[in-house]
Amino acid sequence: MIGAEPHLPYDRPPLSKDVLAGTWDVDRLPLAAVGVDVHDKGIEWRLGVAARALDLTARRVELEDGSAVSFDGLVIATGARVRMLPGQPDLAGIHTLRTLDDCLALRADLDATPSRVVVVGAGFIGAEVAATARQRGLDVTLLEALEVPLQRVLGDRMGAVCADLHRDQGVDLRLSSGVDAFFDDGSGRVAGVVLSDGTTVEADVVVVGVGVVPNTEWLNGSGLVIDNGVVCDETCLAAPDVVAAGDVARWPNRRFDEVMRVEHWENAQEQGAHAARRLLGDAAPYEPVPWFWSDQYDRKIQLAGRSGPNDEVRIVDGSIEERRFVAVYGRAGRLVGVLGMNRPRPVMQYRQLIADGASWDEI
Amino acid sequence: MKVVVDFDLCESNALCMQAAPEVFEVRDDDFLYVLQENPPEELRSKVEEAVRRCPKQAITLEG
Repeated sequence: MIGAEPHLPYDRPPLSKDVLAGTWDVDRLPLAAVGVDVHDKGIEWRLGVAARALDLTARRVELEDGSAVSFDGLVIATGARVRMLPGQPDLAGIHTLRTLDDCLALRADLDATPSRVVVVGAGFIGAEVAATARQRGLDVTLLEALEVPLQRVLGDRMGAVCADLHRDQGVDLRLSSGVDAFFDDGSGRVAGVVLSDGTTVEADVVVVGVGVVPNTEWLNGSGLVIDNGVVCDETCLAAPDVVAAGDVARWPNRRFDEVMRVEHWENAQEQGAHAARRLLGDAAPYEPVPWFWSDQYDRKIQLAGRSGPNDEVRIVDGSIEERRFVAVYGRAGRLVGVLGMNRPRPVMQYRQLIADGASWDEI
Repeated sequence: MKVVVDFDLCESNALCMQAAPEVFEVRDDDFLYVLQENPPEELRSKVEEAVRRCPKQAITLEG
């Protein structure tokens, strides 16, 4: 097990939720805390050292410290890293959120009760950070470059529901608002941002949540196909005896007839296990119905399948007004997605229907 | 084996219900109900799957 981070593997979802809020201690994050045997004598840990190159012919991974590890089978699970804004300066108070260290640095800044927190990007991570900061009693401005948050995933109507969730909690949500520049306080600390329309927003903490980039640079020239991730076949195989899993893997999911890369917690687990079985000779295709959840304020948002901005959307349970509902997404005569707000049971039932290939007409 | 759910942690994500519907049920009130606290041995792998998939680490298995 080779990892760039100095820590043993840990659970990331609480980093934007319970740990950032201060309600969970970091000792609950290691996978060892949930029964994964990290002390298994069969596992050698090489932590705090990134992989630098892959030599497929010699079957060897070269590491940043100059050493090399040879293999019979290789699982590529190098994940993704946060995307930065163009020209994003290196100032105290500007944060991104991906790792445990990122989370602790941001939490320390939130503990110092800043007068305003600006969150750039109203995707799921940005929305969770905004919700957590707001629940800590801080003033929050949430900036989104699109006209509607999550437009490309949820479409206009459901994206607007998510926008209202934040407005009702007192978040200053500004749509169609990109960030053109940052300004500082003269002593190396951020003091605010300049928006695309020229207005300024003062803030002593800025969190940039504008997505992630798969970590594939170390594989350039290796002979593997790299295209927005490590390109695999439908079984997660990237080359003989080489598989990929998690945020870094891109593969054709036959269930949706789509080549996809999935950045969800559950997929990291499921695809990891699938890829390991593939190495052991089980050539079953990997065709999950992707699923994830996001906790914002007292709402649990869950999304399964492959919803898109041009799908037909139908509310099948509850109501938007009470923010307790299920919306289903249909495309080309098929049920392709389900969105739930505080309705976990029906989300799982519709997820099963998606897996069963249910037609749109029977919903 | 005995199934123990920490209901202070449980957020009814319902993944356990998908993994082991014989043991876990999230009902229409959105709360999780444990249908069998001491499930038979043949359900062990399903229950272990439920333990593994819980995003809140709310389920433990004793014995």
